[in-house]
Amino acid sequence: MLSYILRRLAIAIPTLILVSMFIFTLQKILPGDPALALAGEERDAAALEFIREKYKLNDPIYEQYLAWAGGALKGDLGISLRTNQPVTELIGQKLPVTIQLAVMAIIIAFIIGIPMGVLSAVKKGTVFDYIANIVALSGLSIPNFWLGIMLILLVSVNLGWLPASGYVSPFIDPLRSLETMIMPAFVLGTALAATLMRHTRSAMLGVLRADYVRTARSKGLGETVVVIKHAFRNALLPIVTMTALLFGELLAGAVLTEQIFTIPGFGKLIVDAVFTRDYAVVQGVVLCTAVGYLLINLVADIVYFLLNPRMRSVL
Amino acid sequence: MNRKFLATLLLSVAAMTGQAFAHDLRIALQSDADVLDPDQSRTFVGRIVYTSLCDKLVDITPGLKIIPQLATEWSWGDDGKTLTMKLREGVTFHDGEPFNAKAVAYNINRSKTLPESRRKSELASVDSTEVVGDYEIRFHLKQPDATLMAQLADRAGMMIAPQAAEKEGADFGANPVCSGPFKFKERVAQDRIVLTKYDNYWNADKFHFDSVTFLPIPDTTVRLANLRSGDIDMLERLAATDLAAAKADPNLKVEAATSLGYQGITINTGNGEHSKTPLGEDKRLRQALSLSIDRDALNQVVFEGAFQAGNQSISPSSPWYDNSNPVPARDVEKAKALLKEAGYDRLEIEMSVPNNPVQTQVVQVLQAMAAEANIDIKIVSKEFAKLLSDDSSGDFMASQIGWSGRVDPDGNIHAFVTCKAGLNDSGYCNPEVDKLLNAARATSDDEARKKDYDAANAILLDELPIIYLYHEKWIWAMNKKLEGFTAYPDGMIRLENVTYAD
Amino acid sequence: MTDVLDNEANDLLPARSGNRAWKKLKHNRSALLGLILVSFFIVAALAAPILPIADPAATSWSAIRKAPSAAHWLGTDEIGRDILSRMIWGARASLMAGVVSVIVATIIGVPLGLLSGYFGGWIDQVISRITDALLATPFLILAIALAAFLGPNLTNAMIAIGLSAMPKFVRLTRGQVLSVKTEDYVEGARAVGLADFSIISRYILPNVFAPVLVQATLTVATAIIAEASLSFLGLGQQPPDPSWGSMLNVAKNFLTQAPWMAWWPGAAIFLVVLGFNLLGDGLRDALDPREG
Repeated sequence: MLSYILRRLAIAIPTLILVSMFIFTLQKILPGDPALALAGEERDAAALEFIREKYKLNDPIYEQYLAWAGGALKGDLGISLRTNQPVTELIGQKLPVTIQLAVMAIIIAFIIGIPMGVLSAVKKGTVFDYIANIVALSGLSIPNFWLGIMLILLVSVNLGWLPASGYVSPFIDPLRSLETMIMPAFVLGTALAATLMRHTRSAMLGVLRADYVRTARSKGLGETVVVIKHAFRNALLPIVTMTALLFGELLAGAVLTEQIFTIPGFGKLIVDAVFTRDYAVVQGVVLCTAVGYLLINLVADIVYFLLNPRMRSVL
Repeated sequence: MNRKFLATLLLSVAAMTGQAFAHDLRIALQSDADVLDPDQSRTFVGRIVYTSLCDKLVDITPGLKIIPQLATEWSWGDDGKTLTMKLREGVTFHDGEPFNAKAVAYNINRSKTLPESRRKSELASVDSTEVVGDYEIRFHLKQPDATLMAQLADRAGMMIAPQAAEKEGADFGANPVCSGPFKFKERVAQDRIVLTKYDNYWNADKFHFDSVTFLPIPDTTVRLANLRSGDIDMLERLAATDLAAAKADPNLKVEAATSLGYQGITINTGNGEHSKTPLGEDKRLRQALSLSIDRDALNQVVFEGAFQAGNQSISPSSPWYDNSNPVPARDVEKAKALLKEAGYDRLEIEMSVPNNPVQTQVVQVLQAMAAEANIDIKIVSKEFAKLLSDDSSGDFMASQIGWSGRVDPDGNIHAFVTCKAGLNDSGYCNPEVDKLLNAARATSDDEARKKDYDAANAILLDELPIIYLYHEKWIWAMNKKLEGFTAYPDGMIRLENVTYAD
Repeated sequence: MTDVLDNEANDLLPARSGNRAWKKLKHNRSALLGLILVSFFIVAALAAPILPIADPAATSWSAIRKAPSAAHWLGTDEIGRDILSRMIWGARASLMAGVVSVIVATIIGVPLGLLSGYFGGWIDQVISRITDALLATPFLILAIALAAFLGPNLTNAMIAIGLSAMPKFVRLTRGQVLSVKTEDYVEGARAVGLADFSIISRYILPNVFAPVLVQATLTVATAIIAEASLSFLGLGQQPPDPSWGSMLNVAKNFLTQAPWMAWWPGAAIFLVVLGFNLLGDGLRDALDPREG
């Protein structure tokens, strides 16, 4: 087991290096001069040259990359060209926001997705199953940003029930924080709920066919007890794994959802940074999300491995 | 249920006590400010924050007259080569350090010498400063500079605390210390900037809020939705198309002022190889393009008539506007005739535009208008960062772009059309224009300056390196209870005498 | 209408096992619904030039942001163009974006997956690491950066989305190859000395086909949303040509004054994406030999 983890970690390192090199190169070949983007309306030659010197924009790409990588190894991700803030500080500010949004979205996805998945497995082939399936796919098919806009229009503008934006930290005002995050979390949650529902359904279907469920049934246990106590408990494993993976994807920040609800998380940070050519920020955030993604994948695999004896033979 | 009731009760109690004791003014900005160091910063929204945070030597009136702020009076000497200022006494910076002539000398020096400073070109005419007395400072200029006072009314004239600046160096922006009516409390990037009232401010009686919070909310619709729901008290840059809705809302009111800036089409007339196009080489084709545009209709269609049509670098409402060359009416026949005269039945041109919805809408309207005059515009939408670098390196034929505007007319024109100037993307060069615009800089006699500008204008309107289209309006929407706000053409939010009526 | 449907389906399904799968698909009501939705938009997009609709670029200063009416069934947009006409022409951009980017993803991803799975060794290592790296980079960020690099227009958006979606196809193909490689008939073919190329094309590729087809159908759905997202950020279709995403991008500024500008393109994206999802789902069931 330990050797498996070590092997996975060893593979993760070249992956991370590739990610960082890839993003770095991509940004460096983006058209548009970062110095010019940075200088704004005050762009006389001397000012531009100073910026290029200061941020080493004139050095060859590989030297710039090595300088960045050297810093990154020491935990220094550079400073934002736009605000002069250290990138690590920016990540420290945005990560909690993104995590809060991700957690709330997952909770909403759970509340909608799991009961729907269980019910639709139990009632396989019925009208309920059919409709639940289409509803779930609808959740997957609505563009996030459109749903977000429509919700703002309906809930904030027309009904005036919830604020359209204006993130507040839960440590400052929990109620208000909930109010501002509930819509974006719902927007993200609906799409996740769809995925979750479908996985729950297929996991439940597999389990419901299994012998021990049949036995439980033949013992004359009530259907509810069978479904919840015997079947669902066993179907939980793939659901948990799936949730972990979804969470990993959410860490990358729900780019457009954050954009629309003006939530100061990773997604908004990185899009703004790409457009203003604030490359240190892009670089740092992508690295951070890639690490998160790989770690969560690893953890999901380990959990799956530990809980599922059949998997052990595979390794 | 009980819990919810309790929570509501607590909240309303909190709200009531909050109103009784303190009020936080919440202002939504269109974007996040950059680094909060007046010497280093470059964004428009940054200047809005400074208006409450950092006092300047002088300020402006809505009519663009220079008035005292930290300097109480001033006089020119030595044929415009020295400027002597008397300074306000009893002013302290937010950390308690006293403000005096030495502090001014330090600030001017920092603006001119800090490697990161972006104020160097604004203060280029200043040779040195001389501390005449504790509260008297003299600027020695290399040559007379009529634009200097306007520069000192903006970031170049903002005074920061010398000790703090010395200690923090280029990192001053993380914790700025100035002498304005509000002091810096905290900042979370892309989320908020919070300032609290500075009780020892020299004019503290005129400021009625305990704190001001600036919130960047880029989406105009969302900004307005926040104002309507009461989450913010005020917003800047309401979309012109939202004006009617905001005016109709009984809880809101709206203030507006024509901006100092402009939107136009820069044409590549001499910036590298890409200037060798019919449009770049033949002014008749540029005149035809300009004549094909119905500027009033453009304003009507895209901005519901809220903005101001224009044809010069300054708006028709400015005292510097050249009235002998008013906004031309559309003349499709004349445009076609000019095209013919230049040897074209149809002309195809490429126009770059930043990829935001409003500017895209503008060029699509231009496209439809020009097509009727046999000019086919091919729209090339570019990401803003790319547009900037392409424009500056000459990789464009025509480019729809604007300028945020400056208090002194020089700031809207000199750097754009004088030979090899910093912002001269057009690559335009005409010694006659250079001569006129340089002369206008060197005298502080407004009448003589106006004559020079008018003469330069006449040439520019004929040769059209930039086709000016319209002038935006700054539109502020605010809670009806907010009283005493004055709209300024520089787009700043001055909180002096602004109160919240309960 | 049924003729169109039949042809549509025949084109989509593999020739040999086609009949059996098609029978299964026919009895899957949600898949049929998907097929109808997708066909509807494809037909509308193809028929755009011959439909009696307004010029999608024709502006009218007197009809700015007019609500749906008899003259303009879906209303007009911010410079007085007919939204119905722009929706129909925009269907071309959106469907093209979906289909072309998936083609890009498959023609790059499948061969890489084949190579990686079939040959193993260092080839596999290199391809797998690159795939991992691409998968660890957030999809939309990758697409945004690529689209910004290539310059904002529809073709580049399609390439960017295709490249971003490609690693999934590498993974899928590789996994499929690995499971087929050890089958007796493949081992046998190798034993008689058949060339690698022949083995891949004759024995392996057919087995990869079904899952790739399913994945492709589902990815078309994702790609259409991705194109809309890029257009929403100003990195897609160039004005004045319409695409649903760019229509939404403009519409968001007029939510209160002209909400219909946002309804139609949003609803269209939703329906066509739903169609592809239902269809892909149905295909998965129909092509899966394990399902009864």
